Amino acid sequence: MKTEVTRRNALKTAAGLGLSFLVPALGAKAAQERGPKRQKSLIVLWMAGGPSQLETWDPHAGSETGGEVGAIDTRIKGLQIADMYPQMAEQIDNLNVVRSLLSKEGDHERGTYFVKTGYRPDPVFKHPAVSAIVSHQQPVKGLEIPAHVSLGGGQWPARGGYFGASYDAFRVFDPGRQINNMRPLVGEERQDRRLASLDIVTQAFARGRRIQTENTLHQLTVQRALKMMSSEQLKALELDDESQAIKAAYGDNRFGRGCLVARRLIETGVRAVEVTLNGWDTHASNHGGHQTQAQILDPAFATLTAELKERDLLDSTVVLCIGEFGRTPAINPVGGRDHWPKWFSCVVGGGGLTAGKVIGETDPLGKKDAVDPIEVKDLYATVLQTLGVDYAEEFITPIGRPIAFSDGTPIERLMA
Amino acid sequence: MKTRLLPLLVVAAVFVLCLWAVQPSVSLNATPTEAVYVDAELPTVITQVDDYFEELWRRQELRPAQPADELLLLRRLALSLMGTVPSLEEIRQFEIDDQPDRIERWTQRYLNDPRFADYFAERLARCFVGVDGGQFIVFRRDRFVSWLSDQLEADTPYDQIVRQMISSKGLWTGEPQTNFITSAVANEDLDENKLAARSVRAFLGQSMDCAQCHDHPFDSNWKQGHFEGVAAQFGQVQQGGLGVFDSPEKKYEVQDLAALDEVDEEPENIPMREVDPAVPFGKDWIPVEGTTREKFAHWMTHPENRRFERAIANRIWGLMFGRSFITPVDDMPDPSDEADRDVLDMLGQDFRKHNYDLKRMIMTISSSKPFRLKSVAEPNNDSLADVSYEEMVSMLDESWGLFPMTRLRPEQIIGAMLQASSIRTIDQNSHLLTRFRRFTNERDFVNEYGDLGDQELVEQSGTIPQALLRMNSNMTRGAVESNFFSACGRISNMSTTNEEALEAAYFVCLTRKPTPEEREHFLGLLGDHTDNRRNPIIEDIFWTLFNSPEFSWNH
Repeated sequence: MKTEVTRRNALKTAAGLGLSFLVPALGAKAAQERGPKRQKSLIVLWMAGGPSQLETWDPHAGSETGGEVGAIDTRIKGLQIADMYPQMAEQIDNLNVVRSLLSKEGDHERGTYFVKTGYRPDPVFKHPAVSAIVSHQQPVKGLEIPAHVSLGGGQWPARGGYFGASYDAFRVFDPGRQINNMRPLVGEERQDRRLASLDIVTQAFARGRRIQTENTLHQLTVQRALKMMSSEQLKALELDDESQAIKAAYGDNRFGRGCLVARRLIETGVRAVEVTLNGWDTHASNHGGHQTQAQILDPAFATLTAELKERDLLDSTVVLCIGEFGRTPAINPVGGRDHWPKWFSCVVGGGGLTAGKVIGETDPLGKKDAVDPIEVKDLYATVLQTLGVDYAEEFITPIGRPIAFSDGTPIERLMA
Repeated sequence: MKTRLLPLLVVAAVFVLCLWAVQPSVSLNATPTEAVYVDAELPTVITQVDDYFEELWRRQELRPAQPADELLLLRRLALSLMGTVPSLEEIRQFEIDDQPDRIERWTQRYLNDPRFADYFAERLARCFVGVDGGQFIVFRRDRFVSWLSDQLEADTPYDQIVRQMISSKGLWTGEPQTNFITSAVANEDLDENKLAARSVRAFLGQSMDCAQCHDHPFDSNWKQGHFEGVAAQFGQVQQGGLGVFDSPEKKYEVQDLAALDEVDEEPENIPMREVDPAVPFGKDWIPVEGTTREKFAHWMTHPENRRFERAIANRIWGLMFGRSFITPVDDMPDPSDEADRDVLDMLGQDFRKHNYDLKRMIMTISSSKPFRLKSVAEPNNDSLADVSYEEMVSMLDESWGLFPMTRLRPEQIIGAMLQASSIRTIDQNSHLLTRFRRFTNERDFVNEYGDLGDQELVEQSGTIPQALLRMNSNMTRGAVESNFFSACGRISNMSTTNEEALEAAYFVCLTRKPTPEEREHFLGLLGDHTDNRRNPIIEDIFWTLFNSPEFSWNH
């Protein structure tokens, strides 16, 4: 019979929302800080649909399971990746490759949940995505735009889970082209009139309901949205002051622009950004499908890595390229590969992690278990640790059950 | 030329014919004709419930809020039963309805509206099968929801609905209730644990998920052994080309973790242990005949199972008020002694006595004193002089002495917004295009606004993207635009005075008249414009009302 939204909860939520607009905008110093002193951030390149490890970071060219793929040498000695990634071959030594990831979920929705949170779906409560954990645990002072952003659409964007909807990623479907609902529908004069009227209607409602109305945080949320709409920091979502050459290098498509916007957001002080590339679910014509995807991913990922490095942001930014699972070693009768939650690959690095490591080795025939299996939870314990989040800290969920941000163990070999 | 035009003309003619053919075939009755619910015992249970609260308030020396205006009750009813606000058309009919028992008759009218069955089916489906897409092919959530909607419309008793879900056989398409079972298929396998946990949460309002790994920390009745026993109730279920069926010879086995010598044992080496179906209480409620699932379904819905009726009473209370009587809705404590009956027992017993009639329970709750109070708290009364106003409000709130303010669900917000942008009621009689617009807008909006998922009745404050969506989105632009079809445009064009236009806008958006201050403010803005020049100002009024807290909070 107890209400959940009590005054105390309301205040807690207010603090959680980050009343940061009450303090001066992010000091030029903090945002311009570089190297290890800089606050850390996370960029997740989310490969929706499940990319084939064999046509990306773990090719077995010429083998029974290899398909039509070719392999090329990279800047990491002894590492070959799919020949569709010539630009990444030049950048991959700034990052690491894991070729033996293990998931337990072979369905897109459940797999996405598992790989985004590190936990299997639970019927009682939702876990937060690792990007939500980072933005929840390390609030950014002076940030007027959301600290957790998801770019480029995708069916299951990163959610706030037990932290609540305020920690869901702020979604921008077409980054660099439009700013979602950030511009008023009418001119300044009319907007002011609307807001003045809104005050009057809000006050009329609050009469006799002062406490309940305060508890809704409605006005606070509206104020914060208005602050965001007029913030200079919104420029991070626009690409007008980027050169044509840079835009072309990332690729003038939704994902390419997303990666460029991600870099701008990180520079502005945003804590966690997810950029989604859809289209990996190649149950038919796997090779052709992956070629199309590579033409988008290769330039965007390589340019992002190079730019972060050039701007001295790589040491403070973890970059993780991963999807919900890999694809079967066997090729089906229509030239496709199906879902394969075992022994798939990801690329991860930056943010103080080591570089140039390759972990895990898969069987070219796809029969034997991979050498050196890595669990998703261990990957996230690693990422959280390097970002300065106590991964083992137990959070008391709304149902009263304590749960660790990650119940894995950091992978020592990836720690610098 | 002629030959080229002819096909186009044919297409155009067919298009016009189609539009004509799908237009509403019947016009709405001017006044609801339903007779008031005739049942001599209904007033008895309502009085019982009211007495319970009167006693509670008296003990705490609280003065409950004033009774709410009937128009506000209509708004609450429309929101909780159909997920939308009343249309201007309905409000006008309601205003001229001067027959007795107006609210009761309108509650019944809404309960008999197909919009009720559809909306409530979706609400209930969330606790029965969740919101996930589930496993492709074997799970058809849409079929399940429309089956449930049919049951609500046909007044199928709730215990029957539940028994069908638990024990039916057949294909998920032809026997849609079997989707309750197939919703728990993941990675090709049926997850008995998920079904066990979900059955107990949905039908008994209790949470034994923790008992999957250890005994329930607060509740002595749920031990780990119980969990396995309940999971074993689904141990004989199989699914395949023939749909869901039972194999009586199938054994239910779990990994015997207790028999492990080493912690790091490989999963495939863990020995298995057979588990028999079992229940944690009421063992003699299980019938002799039937499949394991049929027996379990009878146990679940047995008339002596107090948890069963209390759980649904708590959930329906929650759907009506936006907050369940006991929270969390699916982690209720064990029922107390028979002597210490609370409101849920009163509602539950009446429910059982009257053939598990959901609509009757809704009638009871909506007729109770707490549902009919304002959400406004008066200043302290003398006996509470030493209690701060804040504390008093919180005491009233906890004892249902004022109507709780809860955030509307995304479906309610978009339902309200779409309804408020039309003068006529948007329902099954609406033009197909209007319904299509409602369907697509609702889906997109719920997706963008943030679906609460299966976490029904968890209170949360709004988010910034939601505020941005309400203020600046194309959806809002569409809803406030003044044109020939929109409420905004029609009010602007058809009202003779500004006073009339303002009142209509308030009715459409907030189901009330403006306060004197609001009237003065907006009439000032409207000035003496009574022509086209007032269109943008009416648009501004609609925008303002859509963005007010009053619009997105039930009150």
